Amino acid sequence: MNRNPQLNEHGELIHLLTLDGLPREILLDILDRATPFTAVAEREVKKVPLLRGKSVFNLFFENSTRTRTTFEIAAKRLSADVINLNINTSSTAKGESLLDTVDNLSAMQADMFVVRHASSGAPYLIAQHLAATKRDHIHVVNAGDGRHAHPTQGLLDMFTIRHYKKDFTQLSVAIVGDILHSRVARSQLHALVTLGVPDIRLVGPQTLLPTAAAQMIEGSPPGAPLTVCHNLADGLRGVDVVLMLRLQNERMQGALLPSAQEYFKSWGLTPEKLALAKPDAIVLHPGPMNRGVEIDSAVADSDRAVILPQVTFGIAVRMAVMSMLAGGSGGVQS
Amino acid sequence: MKIEIKNGRVIDPASGFDGAASVFVADGKIVGVGETAPRGFRAEGVIEAAGCIVCPGLIDLSARLREPGFEYRATLESEMAAAAAGGVTRLVCPPDTDPPLDEPGLVEMLKYRARQPGFAQVHPLGALTVGLAGQRLTEMAELAEAGCIAFGQANHSIVDTQVLMRALQYAATLGLPVWLQAQDSHLAHGGVAHDGAIAARLGLPGIPVVAETVALATLLQLAAATGVRLHVRRISSAAGLALIRAARAGGLAVTCDVTLNHLHLCDRDIGYFDAQTRLDPPLRDATDRDALAAGLADGSIDALCSDHTPVDDDAKQMPFDQAEVGATGLELLLPLTLEWATERNIPLPQALEKITAAPARVLGLTAQGYGSLAVGAPADLCVFDPQARFTVSRGRLRSQGKNTPFLGRTLAGEVRYTLCEGHLAYSADRLL
Repeated sequence: MNRNPQLNEHGELIHLLTLDGLPREILLDILDRATPFTAVAEREVKKVPLLRGKSVFNLFFENSTRTRTTFEIAAKRLSADVINLNINTSSTAKGESLLDTVDNLSAMQADMFVVRHASSGAPYLIAQHLAATKRDHIHVVNAGDGRHAHPTQGLLDMFTIRHYKKDFTQLSVAIVGDILHSRVARSQLHALVTLGVPDIRLVGPQTLLPTAAAQMIEGSPPGAPLTVCHNLADGLRGVDVVLMLRLQNERMQGALLPSAQEYFKSWGLTPEKLALAKPDAIVLHPGPMNRGVEIDSAVADSDRAVILPQVTFGIAVRMAVMSMLAGGSGGVQS
Repeated sequence: MKIEIKNGRVIDPASGFDGAASVFVADGKIVGVGETAPRGFRAEGVIEAAGCIVCPGLIDLSARLREPGFEYRATLESEMAAAAAGGVTRLVCPPDTDPPLDEPGLVEMLKYRARQPGFAQVHPLGALTVGLAGQRLTEMAELAEAGCIAFGQANHSIVDTQVLMRALQYAATLGLPVWLQAQDSHLAHGGVAHDGAIAARLGLPGIPVVAETVALATLLQLAAATGVRLHVRRISSAAGLALIRAARAGGLAVTCDVTLNHLHLCDRDIGYFDAQTRLDPPLRDATDRDALAAGLADGSIDALCSDHTPVDDDAKQMPFDQAEVGATGLELLLPLTLEWATERNIPLPQALEKITAAPARVLGLTAQGYGSLAVGAPADLCVFDPQARFTVSRGRLRSQGKNTPFLGRTLAGEVRYTLCEGHLAYSADRLL
């Protein structure tokens, strides 16, 4: 098998494509670098010059307002020039291939592509193409590819967990909901394993879990931290962190689930269900939330939910990732 | 032309002959195998085969030539050159051309175009249903007369089991074999990779093993009920193979094949979304791959095929789920058979049988001597150097299809000469 394409021959991060197999030191480095960036937002001038003169292209082949906006804010706070392209409505609709689009934008002296695509692995194809054409000075950040990965979301969730819980090695964490279709769940899972979380539970009905859910971690030995629960109460009992996932409406078609009402009854996070977790357990959600489907408003609006801090931290984490890839070794001057 | 192939190690899996000998060819037929020439034989050409193995020309049970309809992917000429360079002298092409091989005229044209000295013999599979749409039966009697050796659906399944049963009944009535892939199209719907740990990790929609076993159970039941002669193409899983074994133990005369991709690779080889491994059926896990390799050795799987499918770069350089399925294979059939033999300690004659005598048996062509070195058999021959190693590269492949998961692999077994009915189709020194 080839070398992990997101690392160079010295093991340094050149693209951020997945958290699967990302070394612990790099993962912690990103979280550490993100911490001072949270302070940038408090300043009167919310800008640092780390990416001054760099061009960041947001290549969104799939609709997203939230993620694209947070990347845009992160890049602008780093003083980069940001160009937003919603490609599902432009060139690919005219038949241009993904790599043709990449070639054209590369010719516009891009320094970074932030890519969202409906196909798992699409950012790999771009990164491999850039390497094959000797343009790997252009960095690729995966902003969500199919069901595969959403590494900055996974990182911001880890940042949030660390902010509230400090030590990963004592935690029980439940990931609840549509794990089968979720790139967020996969990135969370790999980061949690790498950071040494000893008890990770994947919670959901069989139709929303991969058949091989229990083997989702590379080389995981028996007794690895992963368990699969088909019952929400078992999944939540005694956990420190609940990672809720968004349930897409289209899951009601295709015979995966009977109805949103029944889903809420079995898998929705209510205050009663949350009472099974530790008293100080926190609840995360990547947004946008479906209140009354996967989460009860009484939970979403409670002080147990850290959903809005996630959004704030998300900008800092994305600033950390972008500056690490394209900004050389500098950090924030305080 | 009279040709003597001398000083080689002659292996004829059909007869079990394995020894130093000359092969004597005259008028397109084998006229002798032994130390001395038949009476009155005077060679007009001599092939020096020292250090080489002389065996029957390879028979490939699945190779797409892409004509008619997909000439931008490959032409008959390019793929015949690939066949010759791969030692393949006889091949079966699936009906998924454009238009599909569902009319006698199309089959006749293909047979006519392929009937050239030095070209491998082409056996078209006729479409079992019109347009491969799984609804109306084709004119099988006419198609058979035009040259179809059997009937199939390529990668398309017949969803309506009543249509499937009637198609099998009708083929059985005419005594025509049916070659089908076992894949339930509903269970496979939307899937692009084996539904296992790798697909779960990579977030690729899965095709479960039950997509194969459910369809296979249906096919085997219908074959038993209708009495049709069934050949199962491209088996992919250990569980599927177990069903075939059980059916055979129950007395059903069913045969099956495996592709060289599924014999050597598994879902782990997808690596970082390598679209070269996007295949149909999907590469399954390592236990399946090992079961297939063992099944080919013990005879549960009859034959090994290349499933040669030229795919152009534009269709492969796509995200994994959008990339087109298929890989080039004609030129890899021999070396990957040898690799399987080396890895699994299979004696060479037994390994070569899987790509010569065994596929001839599946085709029902043994009586004419195809796939053998019997005196009187057509002089379809392959002379190869089993030690010579080469690296699979785009430049080396003669096929217009340059995409295969084996690019960059170094393999042993280089074809030196290929004879099709006595014509020199290929020699390593120069292209004829």
